[in-house]
Amino acid sequence: MPETKLTPPTEPTGAPATINVRVLFFASLADLMGGRQRSLALAAHATVSDALRELAQSAPDFASRVPHVSFAVNEAFVGADTPLSDGDELALIPPVSGG
Amino acid sequence: MIVELTSEPIDVPRLIAHVNKPSNGGICTFLGVVRDNAEGRPVVKLGYEAYESMAVAQMRAIVQEAMQRWGLDAVALSHRTGELQIGEASVAIAVGAPHRAEAFEACRFIIDTLKTRVPIWKKEFFQDGAVWVEPVSSQPSAG
Repeated sequence: MPETKLTPPTEPTGAPATINVRVLFFASLADLMGGRQRSLALAAHATVSDALRELAQSAPDFASRVPHVSFAVNEAFVGADTPLSDGDELALIPPVSGG
Repeated sequence: MIVELTSEPIDVPRLIAHVNKPSNGGICTFLGVVRDNAEGRPVVKLGYEAYESMAVAQMRAIVQEAMQRWGLDAVALSHRTGELQIGEASVAIAVGAPHRAEAFEACRFIIDTLKTRVPIWKKEFFQDGAVWVEPVSSQPSAG
């Protein structure tokens, strides 16, 4: 583009404006979402909550399940306010029933 | 330490042999087995699904915590995945300790903790359908 905006970029050079995360679904959530994983494009600095909001768009019953779901990023339990990074694996973990 | 997920029947004697050290005076084992009913409703089989890499990591962390807390030198923990028939073992634990009290306590701690935070899910198959078992009270906490 020959014409450039004078507004300074909000991101440092090289930082992606969007990030891609791999979301894993298990048990009843896999049934609900129609698969065991999905790639999700999110704005840079998106949190787990932002990802959940995005996922809720695609399944009407998803939002009602969220209060009972735990979250893990790269295999460690995290809170919903945790920021995500490009390439993260976000697992949505329904109440567990092993044993 | 043995910590594993397996789609094959659990080799319980192998787990016991692993914790049968000369310094141990007691071995406590626990087997979770497939019951033929869920609160009275006949169950024909069970299915177990795991977030495998995280499940193994969580199981290892629980075993390490138990070994440290009770000063143990040998623990074995194995959990099945896939479809299981009535009577098959879904989980097996073997704990060896110098004295029985530590073995009983550590074994109880491991199964109780596993049930609260290891990402494994059970599906109950009935004659006329199947349901995932997702008890809300067992929700693991963040952090």
